[in-house]
Amino acid sequence: MFSNLPLLSLVIWTPIVGGMLVLATGSRNGVEAKVLALLVSLATLALSIPLYTQFDVSLASMQFEELIPWISSFHINYHIGVDGISMPLILLTTFMTVIVIIAGWEVITYKVAQYMAAFLILEGLMIGTFAAMDAMLFYVFWEALLIPMFVIIGIWGGPNRVYATIKFFLYTFLGSVFMLVSLLYMYMHAVDVNGVGTFNIQDLHKLPLDLIPQIFIFLSFLLAFAVKVPMWPVHTWLPDAHVEAPTGGSVILAAIMLKLGGYGFLRFSLPITPDASMTLDWLVILLSLIAIVYIGFVALVQADMKKLIAYSSISHMGFVTLGFFLLWKITENTGSTSGVILGLEGGIVQMISHGFISGAMFLCVGVLYDRMHSRMIKDYGGVVNTMPAFATFAVFFAMANAGLPGTSGFVGEFMVIMAAFKANFWYAFLAAITLILGAAYTLWMIKRVVFGPIANEQVENLEDMNGREFFMMLVLAIAVLIVGLYPAPLLEVMHATVDNLVAHISIPKISQ
Amino acid sequence: MNFVTPDFMLAMPEIFLLSMICIIMIIDLFLKDESRGATYVLSLIALIATAFLAFSNYTDQSLSTFNGSFILDPMASLLKISICIIVTGVFIYAKDYLKDRNIYKGEYFTLGLFGVLGMMVMVSAGNFLTVYLGLELLSLSMYAMIAMQRDSIMASEAAMKYFILGAIASGMLLYGMSMVYGVTGSLDLATINKAVSGADRVVMSFGLVFIILGVAFKLGAVPFHMWMPDVYHGSPTSVTLYIASAPKIAAFAMMYRLLEGGLADMHADWQMILVILSVLSMVFGNIVAIAQTNIKRMLAYSTISHVGFILMGFVAGTQAGYGAAMFYAIVYTIMSVAAFGMIVLLSRAGFEAENIEDFKGLNHKSPWFAFVMMAIMFSMAGVPPFLGFWAKIAVLQEAVNSGLLWLAIVGVVASVIGAFYYLRVIKVVYFDKPTDETPLQASMDIRLTLSLNGLAILALGLYPTALITLCVSTFT
Repeated sequence: MFSNLPLLSLVIWTPIVGGMLVLATGSRNGVEAKVLALLVSLATLALSIPLYTQFDVSLASMQFEELIPWISSFHINYHIGVDGISMPLILLTTFMTVIVIIAGWEVITYKVAQYMAAFLILEGLMIGTFAAMDAMLFYVFWEALLIPMFVIIGIWGGPNRVYATIKFFLYTFLGSVFMLVSLLYMYMHAVDVNGVGTFNIQDLHKLPLDLIPQIFIFLSFLLAFAVKVPMWPVHTWLPDAHVEAPTGGSVILAAIMLKLGGYGFLRFSLPITPDASMTLDWLVILLSLIAIVYIGFVALVQADMKKLIAYSSISHMGFVTLGFFLLWKITENTGSTSGVILGLEGGIVQMISHGFISGAMFLCVGVLYDRMHSRMIKDYGGVVNTMPAFATFAVFFAMANAGLPGTSGFVGEFMVIMAAFKANFWYAFLAAITLILGAAYTLWMIKRVVFGPIANEQVENLEDMNGREFFMMLVLAIAVLIVGLYPAPLLEVMHATVDNLVAHISIPKISQ
Repeated sequence: MNFVTPDFMLAMPEIFLLSMICIIMIIDLFLKDESRGATYVLSLIALIATAFLAFSNYTDQSLSTFNGSFILDPMASLLKISICIIVTGVFIYAKDYLKDRNIYKGEYFTLGLFGVLGMMVMVSAGNFLTVYLGLELLSLSMYAMIAMQRDSIMASEAAMKYFILGAIASGMLLYGMSMVYGVTGSLDLATINKAVSGADRVVMSFGLVFIILGVAFKLGAVPFHMWMPDVYHGSPTSVTLYIASAPKIAAFAMMYRLLEGGLADMHADWQMILVILSVLSMVFGNIVAIAQTNIKRMLAYSTISHVGFILMGFVAGTQAGYGAAMFYAIVYTIMSVAAFGMIVLLSRAGFEAENIEDFKGLNHKSPWFAFVMMAIMFSMAGVPPFLGFWAKIAVLQEAVNSGLLWLAIVGVVASVIGAFYYLRVIKVVYFDKPTDETPLQASMDIRLTLSLNGLAILALGLYPTALITLCVSTFT
């Protein structure tokens, strides 16, 4: 019935236009702004569902494609489409934005309209980044989404927010500009090779490149995406940004913005520079393992709950990058590509799952922070006595974060560890340490915050979650369980695309 | 000796503007202070009509008249229209500011229009003499405009500095021109261009260096930038608006006429000089801007860095490169006029919004203008989806195309450094509480023009195709 609607464009632009309408309400108490924002986010979620239901899982090519010439003198097109990798991430984005809008409902009292609008515009830009099939369009969305996030942390953040938000912006900006130079270089190279320049990502996939330029392009991509993921040692902006950001900002940052980096590896690094990726895969694996193990230890000693979860995010994202770059080590070791797909799909599942779990964990901290205005672990203790419902969810998400079987956290980590075993025992060994470490830092935090005797009077006077908070937690818990117990639909969606990706990467680009 | 009547039609916009200026001057003489609005309105009409004439005069060939000393080509038409539109904006922003400070005199507008005439002559110059004529007409108008606020010591100092340094730069330019004339025996740029290959390279190189020096001074490229912060700071904001915007377009045109029109064969020589100027300007401008607390000085250093980017497009020495540089120059003026417009918006009688601190809490007073300020700053920093991003892309692309990958990398690193001080302004606008609760007092026409200006930065950023295509097609 709606087959001729530009569905993907609607999903991108509904929140952006809706966000501007929300801004236009400019109301004092913000009721209109809140209701309108919720309606817009729900509408976007509804619009994004056909992307899943009408998605043809047997195709590896782009679906829901739209192509409109944009800047003809540079051959830049408004070219969007989704495949099995980007579609789940888009659904994750539309889903989490609804949660975030609800999360800000009573908490935000200052400039409500601007707050809601910033999240809606951010949503549209993030979906645009996932859907962009033109490298310059991707870059425009990729950079533009820094603006709402910069504002979100800066206006509604904690005491040290200005430092955190400027650090966040400059870090990411510095990371991405080199990617821009690489894109321009490839455009010029395409002119040399094909006679016409291109920013079309699929054409760039086919663009022949020698090893040396590939390595430089790979490194520039690595910088851009590693900052976003973030990988050790360029992760230092993340704890600051998370600690200072309002709860909603933290949720979006952890649940979706970090995924942009992982997505970039799949969309740009691996297919555009396969040979450089092969040459330098040890580097990414090394950085991932350092993130998994070292950052796991760092998380252990944090006194601030948000910081602890931020470090845990870095550690978990290490699994994602590890899974993506195990490819060549596996083929070298086993001679087959069966484990390769396990690693890649494990990484993608880990991204989705981490989106739910980290979002939920930050919401848990937010629930406590709204009541006590402290994020310090030492200020809490025995919360279970006064907030039993909250404690149930907190323990559940903590278990999921630690990778308990049956939750989504287990699926991705397990797949990546299995793939790592095929590559090298020690990779798998180091990666598996995180199961212990993850359990240690998360459960230890839960033990100190939730269990034990009531620590002080404030804790004694805590009220349990209200209906709104309960609803958010419940929805996220269901999502975590579904992905954990029955990940097949999710895996099925990405199979064809990942197969195609692996087939593409295994053909060297260098002319021998 | 037979006298051929030159084709006056090609210079119609200039002739019209000159007549209008004379009429306005005479009318202004008989006006009382309270009816000064007539001068203002007439000036705006003159500018818009001139822009329209320049538009109707458009031709896709390169025509010349007055024995080759006046050129009309697509670039000239496009730049003249841009200059007229930008200065129209400048006058609208300046009106209330002048009123509040008792310098609402007809001279501001007539001098401004004379400056426009000078710029238009520079844009169309085909001869060393016309280049110099236009340049001096512009410069002298600007010296006088700066000094118009007689009682202000700052303004007098700025005018003095600008005058002395400007005179030295003009002298250098003339010196260079005389050397080129000595070797080639001609003042006509087209003739010089043909004679370059057979000319004495040593003297030509000396001439080239002095000419570039004069151009670099007008553009404000490091190390010839010293005047800019002081002049921007010292001038009344209404005049800074003027100096910081349209003259940069004219300076670009002068550079194009002299280097491409006259010395194209020496591309290898001037390319290296311009690369050095470009790198120094981008890096120095952006780093020093960080230390500024006065927003006019900050914008002056930001201008210096933008000049570096304009030069980056220019060094390629290809038609596409000139197109990119021109695109950057036009985009820069749109942003610059908006940025100084914001300062005027926040200023009121007895209060100059000169310090970055004065922008504190703008989001409380007016979310809309806070957004406009944010758009301007992100645009200057080169963050999409705003217009400035595409300007940066265009020049970076040309740098990469001409094999100067390292220059592009210096450029992007400099723009990251630059992002810091733009972000600091946004921080002040959005994250800080206002120190005084005085609401904005600007009149409707400023608000409207500034809104349009801000929207242009966003809208052209979302759909830059038209402007880019226009600039690129000008040179092909």
